[in-house]
Order: sequence, then C-alpha cells, then structure tokens
Amino acid sequence: MNDLTSLVDWSRAQFALTAMYHWLFVPLTLGLSVIVAIMESIYYKTRNPHWLATTKFWMTVFGINFAMGVATGIILEFEFGTNWSNYSWFVGDIFGAPLAIEGLLAFFMEATFIAVMFFGWKKVSPRFHLAATWLTAIGASLSALWILVANSWMQYPVGMEFDPHQMRNVMNDFWALVLSPVAINKFLHSVLSGWTLAGVFVIGVSAWFLLKKRNTAMSIRSIKVAGWVGLIGILATLATGDGSAKVVSEVQPMKLAAMEGLYKGSRGQSIVAAGILNPDKKVGDNQDPFLFEISIPYGLSVLAEGDPDAFIPGVEDIINGISISPQGDTINNISYAERIERGKAAHEALRRFDIAKSEGDESAMLLAHSDLKKDFDYFGYGYFDSVDEAIPNIPMTFYAFHIMVILGGYFLLFYIIVLLLVYKKQNILKGNKWLHLLAIISIPLVWICSEAGWVVAEVGRQPWVIEGLMPARAAISNIPTSSVIVTFTLFAIIFTGLLVAEISIMLKYISRKSKETID
Amino acid sequence: MDTYEILQSYWWLLISILGAALVFLLFVQGGQTMLLGARNDLQRSMMVNSLGRKWELSFTTLVVFGGAFFASFPLFYSTSFGGAYWLWILILLGFVLQAVSYEFRKKKGNVYGTRTFDTFLCINGILGCVLLGVAVGTFFFGAEFTIQKGNLLNTAAPAMSAWAPTHGLEAIFCWKNLLLGIAVLFLARMQAALYFINTIDDTNNYKLQRKSVFVNGGVFVLLFVAFLVVLLTADGYQANMENGKEIISIVPYKYFHNFIEMWWALATLLIGVVMVLYAYGKTILSDHFTHGIWFSGIGTVLVVMSLFWVAGFNDTAYYPSLIDPASSLTIRNSSSSLFTLKTMSWVTVIIPFVIAYIAYAWYSLNKEPITPAEMQNDDHKY
Repeated sequence: MNDLTSLVDWSRAQFALTAMYHWLFVPLTLGLSVIVAIMESIYYKTRNPHWLATTKFWMTVFGINFAMGVATGIILEFEFGTNWSNYSWFVGDIFGAPLAIEGLLAFFMEATFIAVMFFGWKKVSPRFHLAATWLTAIGASLSALWILVANSWMQYPVGMEFDPHQMRNVMNDFWALVLSPVAINKFLHSVLSGWTLAGVFVIGVSAWFLLKKRNTAMSIRSIKVAGWVGLIGILATLATGDGSAKVVSEVQPMKLAAMEGLYKGSRGQSIVAAGILNPDKKVGDNQDPFLFEISIPYGLSVLAEGDPDAFIPGVEDIINGISISPQGDTINNISYAERIERGKAAHEALRRFDIAKSEGDESAMLLAHSDLKKDFDYFGYGYFDSVDEAIPNIPMTFYAFHIMVILGGYFLLFYIIVLLLVYKKQNILKGNKWLHLLAIISIPLVWICSEAGWVVAEVGRQPWVIEGLMPARAAISNIPTSSVIVTFTLFAIIFTGLLVAEISIMLKYISRKSKETID
Repeated sequence: MDTYEILQSYWWLLISILGAALVFLLFVQGGQTMLLGARNDLQRSMMVNSLGRKWELSFTTLVVFGGAFFASFPLFYSTSFGGAYWLWILILLGFVLQAVSYEFRKKKGNVYGTRTFDTFLCINGILGCVLLGVAVGTFFFGAEFTIQKGNLLNTAAPAMSAWAPTHGLEAIFCWKNLLLGIAVLFLARMQAALYFINTIDDTNNYKLQRKSVFVNGGVFVLLFVAFLVVLLTADGYQANMENGKEIISIVPYKYFHNFIEMWWALATLLIGVVMVLYAYGKTILSDHFTHGIWFSGIGTVLVVMSLFWVAGFNDTAYYPSLIDPASSLTIRNSSSSLFTLKTMSWVTVIIPFVIAYIAYAWYSLNKEPITPAEMQNDDHKY
C-alpha cells in the first residue's frame, strides 16, 4: 500500500509539475496571439509603419514564449500513457477523442500558420499574412477548447457507460462531452483569463518603456490594445467564474466546500472574503475552522445557488450525506461510508462478471451485470478504505481560490484605471513612475492568479482523477517509484533551466528595445 | 467485414498515414544531426533556417500521431507508454529540447550559448530518429508484457499491464529494433540532405549535400535491406476469431506471408522503394537535380505505410507479447468502441482541408529558396 501511495504521489507530482509549467506559457500564447492579431489588423487597415513595428515587437515576444508552451505540452499528452496507463484504458475511449481532435483541428493549424506568421512577411501577401496571424490565434484557442473539453470531462464525466466485457467506459454521447456546462464555462474562463494575463503583461512591459522614457508612442498604442483585450478578458473571466462556481456547487460540492473551508454548511451561508484557516482543524471535530475570517453574509448561497436562503453543504455534511431542501427539510443522501461499501459491492459484482465470462456462464454474467449496475455510480469509492481518503487538500484549495478571487478583483480595477488614464489622463500615465512600477509588479501577480485557478480546479478535484469514478490511485501505471522520481527530477531541471533561458531572453530583448527606437 | 471491423481498419490506415508522414518529416531531425558538422556559421545558419520552417510540422505530427493512437487504439497507448516508460520518456525529452532550441539558439541572453542549443537539436535528431525507429520495431519484434484487465480491481496494486523490469531499455538494446532505428536515422539524414538541396540556393551547399546524400543514402540502403531480410524471415502472431474469441498463435514468416497475401501492400512497398532509390540515384548522378526530396519523401511514405499494414492487417498482432501471446495487441482487441470510431471518423472529413492548407503554406514559404543574402537581411531568423 505504501509503495502504491508513493508511486501515486510522485506521479501526481510529476503531472502537476508539467501542468504548472505548461500553464506558465499557454495563457500568454492565448492572449498575446489575439493582441498581435489586432495590432496587425490595424496595420493592414492603416498601413501605418508604426503599427507594423509594434506588431513585430510583440510577435517576437510571442515567439519566445510559444516555444516553451509547445515543449511542456507534449509531455502532458504522453504522460496520460506513461504514468496513468490504467486511466488510458479505463476511459481512453472517451478521453482520447478530444485529444485527437485537438491535434487534427488545432495543432496543424497553429503549426502551419505560425511559420507563415514568422517567416512570411516578405514571402506572402499582406492579406495572407494577416490571415495566418489570426489563424495562429484561432488555432491556439481551438487547441485550448479541446483540451478543456477533455479536462472538464474529468471534472464532470458524462456521455458514457461502463462496458464490463472490456472493463472500461465507452462513449455514447459525444455532444454531452462537448456541450457540458462544465466544459463551456471552463473553456471561456481559461481562454479569457489568458487575455487578462496577456493584457497585464503587455501593459507591464509598456510601463517599463514609459519608465525608461523610450518608445512612448508604441507603449501607448500597446496599452490601448492590451487594455481593451484585458478588460474584456477580466469581465468575461469574472462572469464565467461565477458560472463555474454554480456548476461546481452542483457537480463537485466537495470542491466548493474545500474552496471555502466550509466544514458545516447552513442555509443563508456566508462567504469568506479573506481568512486564515485553523491548521489544527480536523474533519468531525468541533474546532473553529478559521483563526481569522472576514465574511460576507449570504454570499456563498447567492454565489452558488443564486438564492440567499439556499443551503450549502460543508465537508462534513457531504460526508454524512446531509442536505436541506428549499423547503427546509433535512434530506439524508448516501453517506461516504455507504458509498465506499457500495463501491466495494460494485467491484465484487464486476469480479463475478469477469469470472462468469471466462467460464462462459451467461446467466451468472447477467446477474453480476445487474448487481454491478445497481452500485456502479459508486464504483470509484470502492478503492477507499476510509472516508478521509475522499477529501481534497482543503488549505491548498482554500488559499488558491481566495488568492485567485482577490487578484481577479484587483485586475478589474487595474484595467479600468489603465483605460481611463490612457484615454483621459495620458500625461499621468506617461509620467507617474509609481503607476509604472505598479503595472510592472502586476506581471508576476497575474501569473500567480492564473496558476492559482488551476490549483483550485485540480487540487479541489482530488482524490479523483475522474470525479466519483476513478481515484488517482487506480489510474496508475506499473512502474517503479524510483523511475518516476528520476523523471520528475529530470523534468524539473530541464523545465527550470529552459524557463531561466526564456526569461533571460525576454528581459534582454525588452531591455535592448528600451534603449533603442522601435518605431 | 462488419462496420466495426471496417472502422478499425480505417483507423489503422490513418495511423499508418500519420506514422508514414512522421517518418518522412523526420528529415528535420536528420538535418539537425548535421548542424554541428556544418563548415561555417553561414552554412549552419542556412540549414537551421531551412529546417526551422518545418520543425513544428514534424513535432505536431508526432503529437497528432500520439493523440490519434490514443483515440483509436487506447489499449496500445495504455500498454506501450506505461510499459516502455524509458523508451518514450527519452523520445519526449529529445522533443522538449527541440521545441525551444530553434527559437532560443541565436537569441541574446539565452544563458547556455548557441552551441548548447545546437547540441540539443543534435540530441533530438539522434534520439528522435533512432528511438522512434526502435518503437516501431517493437510492432514487429514484440516486447515482454502482460495485460490482465481484471487487475483493475486489485486495490493494492491495480495496474492492468505489467512490463519487463527494464521498462523499455530492453527494447532499445534489442538489435533488431536498433537496426530499424539506425536505418531511420540514416534515411532522415539522406532526406535532410535532399531537402537542403531543394531549399537552399547555394553552390557550396549543393556540392556538400550531394556528398551527404551519397554517404547517408548508401548506409541507409544497406541497413534497410538488412531490416527487410530480418522482417521477412521473422515469426509473427496470427490472431484468429474462434467462437467469438481471439486466439493468437505464432506463425513462421508471418510478415513475408502478409506481403504475399496482401499484394497491394507489396506493390506499395516496391513502388516506395523504387522512388527512394530513384531520388538517391538521380541526385548523385545528375548535376542539377533538386527535386529528390519529393520522390524520396513520397517513397518513404509508401514504404512506411506498407510496413504498418503488414504489422496490423491480415489478422496480425501488431504489438506481440513475447511472454504471453494472448496479451498481444491486435487492431480488434485494442481499439476504441464502435461509437467512438464512428464519431472520430466524421472528424477525419477535415483531413483534406488540413493537407490543402499545409501544402499551400509549404509552397508559399518554399517557393523562393533560402540564400546567403537572406541570412544577412531577414528580420526573423533562427
């Protein structure tokens, strides 16, 4: 058991490492590609060489970043096979499809037109070049669409049924995957958060130029485009974040409880705007979950259900299977202890099915299949021995969620101020060094915000690799833990080394350009 | 053949096309192994920039090849990637290094210096070609693995497939796999030289690359003939359906029989071989022939497709288990469900459009060859 736990933990660590690194680069690609495409569109319409210079500057930055996103992305796709081979069979029939579609529809588009974008300035017509730039941006977003459809399915598995003959799940409704409310929210939330991030990045770098008093006109042009893209991004990110919270409360109530550090729920549940968790708090004890908290009355009920009087279950309520109806009646659902019991019964039924199949005993197969169907909804719980194993890491989910929300609010304010200044008080924007420094400091903050979002999504889902169906420990490959430790270390060294190179190249490029005239 | 079998075959055909396209595009990797040996910076620069406009295409083809395999034959994805761990990890690491090296190599502030990134490209070139060849070699020469799906219910150790404890290193050191891997390396190097001839307008380059075609092509032909002899005399696994169950047995000269029983695969192989040899011979013998890459490229695609066909069609186990033949993978027992294959097949309607825009973009970027002058002037170069 300890060996398995160690293998699972290291495999999770390796996947988390790769995913976190990948997400350092992807949102900038998503947002910057749109910003560059808008800039080139303005150049195409006006034929103003200043816009061409601005486009080329940001396109070079885009290229430096794009390479790292590609490098880390390839590992992610193949890790489903190398480290999660059980997963690849158990749900590959469903999960593989969006990955393949991503390749066919998006990757080729991105890979083909990015070459035209970089090398085609003198080889293709301006119209074709502009089309290539937009197609690169569209390709990046299409790629995100399909990978987020796949990820959303892990959060909310729909459109499939279990086939005991093959011991795997098979797809029976493709559109249920693509159009699931989780997928739609997640796609919009993630892609538009990329616009937010790229906007802050462009404004921050432009602020550096303003601080250095070089390329002022280019910086103002860049801030205008990035400001609008970013404002649309943050407004949509906040709106879809609200939508996500409602969906999470429905399909992943445990995640919502962890996001809020909510152990015991109530009607008219307040939301914690900021707080410090009590590190000694355990599920089931009577300690206060918070050392310090600032709450907004009824906030969580409104956020999750749109009803200030709605009951929001806490971790303990979910474990005990308790909820309260809109009429105020207490409802006893299936507790986690019972889910574990029924999950083990589902395992036993599948075992019986397998034996009956190998013996060719069709009546026993039918009986076992019927028993399996009764308990299959709890199949994944059969891997647990205690309810504690089914609870995510609450502090990590709570703090990541609150960091994301607080910074999200800050960036809305940031964009409003920047746009007001760039259109109404440009002299202040050009001359106030504190504003410049604030914009520069906002660059790392927006990355923290963006990464925190994925920590909420993925840590809050634990211990499930597929919500309610397959825990991470059942998804594993049969490889020695030592091998995973070696590859984890290799990836950590290589990714970090390459990240250092990327940051160094970008800083050098920006620094060099702040000493010369770009326009 | 029912609809399910037709779709399984259709997807194996698509896998063969993607695999073949990938082997053709490995000329990028082959070219990367030649960079460190370039005579001077200008020559290296022209080679890098010629390859640099295509590296994303070979990289993407690998990713799509993996994704398509996952979607259509998930049991392969599950068994091979999790089992031959080190083989695939080494392949992936090489491609990670490649992905950044073009963009970073000449950029100021790249920390490690141009030569380091050129070395990364060389590492990817060697690992990519040899190890992908080794991976394809296991399609014929097998590996030591077992699959026990019921093990999913063993809560203490639930992994379904078990592999030899060396986890892919044994596949790398199997001489038959290595033979194919090294053959792929020299094929890629020959094709890179043909590609340089086609895309770089420089007399010195032309002379140099012709010599390279002669040497690398010669080695490739010898290695490929050796591989063909080994393949055609090798045993393979036959998978027959008996009472609704697949019974797998060893058949001597299985791949030889497959070529005979599938005349179209044999014809494809022969046409492909002739095209590669024509490209090789004409480039060496003619003074102004620059289109060898197209003959060689199409020939390579045909040869590789025919190899995938004899690996998977005609009731052949395309991933033989050397220790438990019943665990061997066939296109029947490893595929996705009928519903998924049908859904995915609708998506493939887009493939002609994808090919069309790739071809158009390729033509647009390559219609004017790279010149030494361009390396001095162009504003975006690697």
